[in-house]
Order: sequence, then C-alpha cells, then structure tokens
Amino acid sequence: MVASKKNVAQPAGSDSKSQPPPSFTREQDLHALREMLLIRRFEEKAGQLYGMGAIGGFCHLYIGQEAIVVGMQMALGEGDQVITGYRDHGHMLACGMDAKGVMAELTGRRGGYSRGKGGSMHMFSKEKHFYGGHGIVGAQVSLGTGLAFANRYRGNDRVSLTYFGDGAANQGQVYESFNMAQLWKLPVVYIIENNRYAMGTSVARSSAQIDFSRRGVSFDIPGEQIDGMDVRAVKAAGDKAVKWCREGNGPYILEMQTYRYRGHSMSDPAKYRTREEVDKVRHDQDPIEQVRNRLLAAKVSEDELKKIDAKVRETINTAADFAQNDPEPDASELYTDIYR
Amino acid sequence: MPIQVLMPALSPTMEKGNLAKWLKKEGETIRSGDVIAEIETDKATMEVEATDEGTLGRILVPEGTADVAVNTPIATILADGESAADLANTDAKTQPKTEPTVSRTSSAAPIAEARPANEGKPMAASPRPGISEDPEVPEGTEMVTMTIREALRDAMAEEMRRDDDVFLMGEEVAEYQGAYKVSQGLLQEFGARRVIDTPITEHGFTGVGVGAAMAGLKPIVEFMTFNFAMQAMDQLINSAAKTLYMSGGQMGCGIVFRGPNGAAARVAAQHSQDYSAWYSQIPGLKVIAPYSAADHKGLLKAAIRDPNPVIFLENEILYGHTGPVPKLDDHVLPIGKARIARTGQHVTLVSWSNGMTYALKAADELAKEGIEAEVVDLRTLRPMDTDTIVASVRKTGRAVTVEEGWQQSGVGAEIVARIMEHAFDYLDAPVMRVSGKDVPMPYAANLEKLALPSVAEVVAAAKAVCYR
Repeated sequence: MVASKKNVAQPAGSDSKSQPPPSFTREQDLHALREMLLIRRFEEKAGQLYGMGAIGGFCHLYIGQEAIVVGMQMALGEGDQVITGYRDHGHMLACGMDAKGVMAELTGRRGGYSRGKGGSMHMFSKEKHFYGGHGIVGAQVSLGTGLAFANRYRGNDRVSLTYFGDGAANQGQVYESFNMAQLWKLPVVYIIENNRYAMGTSVARSSAQIDFSRRGVSFDIPGEQIDGMDVRAVKAAGDKAVKWCREGNGPYILEMQTYRYRGHSMSDPAKYRTREEVDKVRHDQDPIEQVRNRLLAAKVSEDELKKIDAKVRETINTAADFAQNDPEPDASELYTDIYR
Repeated sequence: MPIQVLMPALSPTMEKGNLAKWLKKEGETIRSGDVIAEIETDKATMEVEATDEGTLGRILVPEGTADVAVNTPIATILADGESAADLANTDAKTQPKTEPTVSRTSSAAPIAEARPANEGKPMAASPRPGISEDPEVPEGTEMVTMTIREALRDAMAEEMRRDDDVFLMGEEVAEYQGAYKVSQGLLQEFGARRVIDTPITEHGFTGVGVGAAMAGLKPIVEFMTFNFAMQAMDQLINSAAKTLYMSGGQMGCGIVFRGPNGAAARVAAQHSQDYSAWYSQIPGLKVIAPYSAADHKGLLKAAIRDPNPVIFLENEILYGHTGPVPKLDDHVLPIGKARIARTGQHVTLVSWSNGMTYALKAADELAKEGIEAEVVDLRTLRPMDTDTIVASVRKTGRAVTVEEGWQQSGVGAEIVARIMEHAFDYLDAPVMRVSGKDVPMPYAANLEKLALPSVAEVVAAAKAVCYR
C-alpha cells in the first residue's frame, strides 16, 4: 500500500514536507531546468507579445508555477491524460506540445493548435493526451474525472491528471467529482495548484478550509501538501499518487503550494498583494533558481547553463516569429468544426 | 543590438496610457521580472515588468507623459557587452525589433468579410447537406405495437449490443430500472459496468459523461427530467457543444443526453418546463424531439451513433403511448428530417413531441368542417428541416405552430421567422402560434389545463388563418 487511512489528509507541514525530497540525478536536474526554462521564456515572450497587441483577449501566465507541471510530467507514463483550466500554457509545453503551435494559437493564427479558434484558454492535443485548456473555472474537474472513468471502463491502467487552482477548489462540481471518483475508484490525481490567490482574492478570504489536501476528507480521498516550488518534491509526490491510482486504489489529492509571479491575467494590476511578497518568493523559492544552484554546486559550468538558456530562447523566438507571421485562419473556417 | 521596450497594452481594449513613473534610472541593471515603470490605464495603475535583461540604456518617454500610444518605444535596454554608443544605431531605426505584424483593428476586418451574403440562408452553420429521406420500410415488414418507453429501451439495448463503447448512466437507471422504467432490463442484460446508477449530482455526472466522451466512449446520459439538467447547463453548453469548435475539430464528443422534457401532470413549475427553445439555439448541439414510437426508436439509435452531442427530448406523457414500430434488424432514421404526419391542402400545422397530440386531434376536428390540415412533425429541432416546412406552406399558404413551451423566443417564433424569410410571398394570412401560456406552470388542475395549449386553441387558430 502506498498510503493508508492514517495518512489521509494530513495537516500542513507534516510528513512529506518535513523530509527533504529524494535528490535528482544530474540528468534529471538538467531535464527539469530545460523544461522549466522553456515554460518561463515562453510565458515572458507571451507577455511581451500581449503588450504589443499581437495576442488578444485574456492571457494567464504560469510564471512561478513551472515546477508543478514539469515534476508531474516526470511521474507520468505513456497514455496518461492531462487536463487543466485556463492557465494552461505550461501544461501544454510540459506535455510535449509544440511551442510554435501554442504561440500561434495565442496570436489567433491558422497554425495554432485550435486553428486560431480557441485562443489561450482552449487548446487540445489528442496525440499528446492533453484534453484542454478549459475556460470555465472548475469544469475541467468533472471532465478529468470522466477521462478517468473511461480508463476504468476500458480496463487500462492509465491515469488522469486533473489540475485546478485554489479558486476552482470552491466550485460545487469539484466535490460531486470527488464523490464519484472515490465511489467508483477512478484513477485520477487531483492536483490543486494553490498559488494563494483566486484572481484577486486570497485563499484566506475565500476558503473556510485553507489546507486543500484535506478537501477530500469526507470522501476518504488521501491528500498531501507538497512544496510546489521544488520540482523534486513534486515528482516524488507524483510518483506516489500515480502509483496509487494505477494500482486501482481510486483518486488522490496533491495540494501543490506555489505562487504566480504575474497578475491573474495580463490586465491585472495585482494590487491585492505587495511587491515585497512577490520579490521574497522569487528570491527565496524560485523553482528554476533552485535547480540552477544545484547544478552549479554539482560543478556544471555557468557557461553550460547559459547555453541551455540560449537554446531555449532560440526555440521561443522561432515560435514567436512563426506566431506573428503565420496567416490568420481562412474566412471559411468560421463555419467549420461545429459538427463532425 | 539594444532592445526596445514598447508601451504595453495591459488590457484587450487599451490603446494608450499615461507613463506615470520610472522606477529604474538610465544605467541601472535590469533583470527579467524587475518592475521598471508604472503606467496608468483607464482602469488602474499597472506595473511594467522587464522581460529582457541588461542595462537601462535610455528612457525615451519621460515620466508624467500622458496618452502614450500602445507600442510606442518608451526605453531601450542594453544587453551584456553593449554600450550607450550602440544606441545611436537603434535611434536611427525607430522600428521596434519585434513589431506586431497585425494590428488589432486590421485583424477584425476579415471576420466581417467572412460572413457570407445572407441571401435568406441564415442556417449556413447547420449540417443541412447530406440529410437523407427516411429509409424505405420493405413491403410486408411486420409492425410491432409497442409503447414509446419500450421503443426507447429497445433502441438503447440494440446499440449497446452493437458497440461496447455505448453505456448508460444516470439516476436510478440500473437497479431501480429507470425512474420512468425506460431502462427496464438493461442492467440485467448488460451488467453494472455499462448501466450505471449515479449519485444525485447532475452537474458532476454530466461533466463525467462529457469527459468520457472526449476520451472516445459513447455515453447515454439520462436526466430524470430535463428540469434537473439546468444544474448541468454549463457542461452541456460550454463543454459538450463548444469543444469541437474551440479545438479546431480535434476534440469532439459523441454523447446523448436524454430524458423527459416539458410538462408532465400536476408537478408544477419547477418540474414542467419545456427546454426545446433553449437547446435548439446552440450551435454544436443536435436536438431531437420525436412524437411517434417508431421515430423514438429510429432517432435514438441515430443519436447514439452520431459523433456529436445530441439532446434527445422525450415526454413523460408520451412514454405510455403505443404505436407501430417496424420489426427490422436496424431501424435508424435520419436526424434533421421532418415527417409529414398527415397530408392536407388548406393549412399547415407544424409541431413536435407532445405538441403533435394537439395538432393531430385538431386536424381531425378541422376535417369535419371541411378544412384539410397538413401536419408536419419536425422530429428534429436542430438542424431544423426548413425545406419541408416551407414546401408545405407554399402549398397551403397558411400555417399554425403548436408547442407546449413559451412563445417568447420560442421554437414557434423561429419557425414563423423562417416561413417569413422563405415563403412570404406564398402566405395568405399571418402565421399564428399556439403555445404554453406565459406563466410558470401552476399546480391546480384547472389552471394547469389553462396554461397548456389545447385542441380547441389549435382549431381556432387554424380557422382564423383560413379566415373561417
């Protein structure tokens, strides 16, 4: 047994948080660095393109939260599914979706993953088992539970990773889903990305129970609080939760404690928190800096790290160029994909 | 080459803003994420974060400047190894390095062009092409008289035998054998894996069904009544209906949502609403509302095979009605095709689902007075078979719509609009609507009767449009 009744929904700070996470090999650290840098540089570029008017509508950046999707993806196997809400760019890149296709969707071009018809919040890739990209807060939780239902119906051993935020955790359908998932022992890991703010409302102002790992207590769903800024801790928790699901034990909840550096969306002045608070997290806990420092301590040269960054920047610049030069969808696309 | 910092657009509508304050001075080191300036928009004061690293080379727009247009260069950042001397080069070329290729206003233009000339074809999005006629029922086919309840059960059982991906979920569908006994015997034949009792949790199990459909299964989701599906409306519309379009055709869902819709008897306002109009408005959904037993079977089978989300509206009053159903191995009917239930030349009555009960009885009454009514049973509300309605109205020159739902923005209103668009010159009288009254459904027996349409109202309307 990976977990037992007694560690169902432990209080904050116990167990997994007090012990240092298992260390990464140099290769794992390098992999995590590349993946996290890809997301960060992508998001910085997206922010820049938004500022230039090349990206419209809403644009929610993932900067600060990179360790979660990168660590969780390292725990997944082929065919496992991923679904999330609207802050989805990082999830798509971590799933292996092409930065060009994602960026071109942000700019509303025909080469975008949804051929320019979905935008930032609505992208999908059957090939990479990424099921969206959903704009209604909390909707992805019952959809992700449905993916797990399909796995169980088919008798395969795939697991559905269903991501949502601390804000979505207050939606009713989350608990409807928890109930069914445990009742039917569905293989779903619920990953609550607690970045402390639901748009502009802090967790303390919106939630009666701020320990999100305990949100499954009345359904007997085991839960843990994880340091979501440490990619090693995320991967270790992911390994455990995915194994639990794959072995047919039902759902698992992981509360990832994290922080978003940018506003809720590009048009958010973020006056609900202080600059000092943001700076402190960036300075003390940045997920990328943690890996960089480990690699430097392991005698990887500054030069090699610069090369990695340069390569990532090149990928992102290529994506941005493509996204700005690819044509807009053909006018005939207006009437396609309504039915099949 | 030095990097230019442009005046950012901080909201979808922002065109200019005031540069309130510089937080970095020329010559200061800048790291990605540093706040370099504050900008006032019409909504709020926003911080501008640097996305590039280096040294602040030159401030091009001093603080306190009002109405700085979006994309105006406001500063330059020098990368490692660059000096102020490099600025001269940039100043010469004032074009920003990464200028957006398409401005917001120009990108809006092609959409207007894309809209096809209307030419009286407002339903361009509907999957009209390719809808076939009902398949011929071979001469001598045995007709079996069965209840609509049984026809629905047989349709599900046949499709479940045919395809292991088809399953039924909903409240009381398995052990209880269906709240209205529509799923009788299915648990016994297919087992608990494929006939699944859900908790009372419409929003949740609708999402679970849609998620399973996105993964490739073919769920039949039963609502005990469509009144309860209001709790699931977000998943029905935002997830089921829109995902195919929002994914550029990649991720759709073949799923059937079925259950009784509209008024039953004496259950008052919260259990009596007709949702025909609500669902029929949504591109991405197909909406079926049959009347006869044979149509219930043939269209439910078609709905289960359809790769799109289908809303299948049944009626509690009709469950016990019987009718002939052809005994065929595979009785499948086309979605989107109306049926002429009775031919006539004086007036067209258009209806669907239980509305047909009033329409057919009224046609009998009218015949006694020498008025031959043609009765069109729509069967499918979306895509709507405009051609059949229009052909009938061109023949009769007069029309009455009959529905249990409300008039305002109702299906009848839509039919009237289409007749006006496609057969205006053929009309000999304004089209009339018979409908449920504009009130929440009352409980008292006499009031309930008054709130629903009646045969007498249909007869009166038909005579009125015939000027009799």
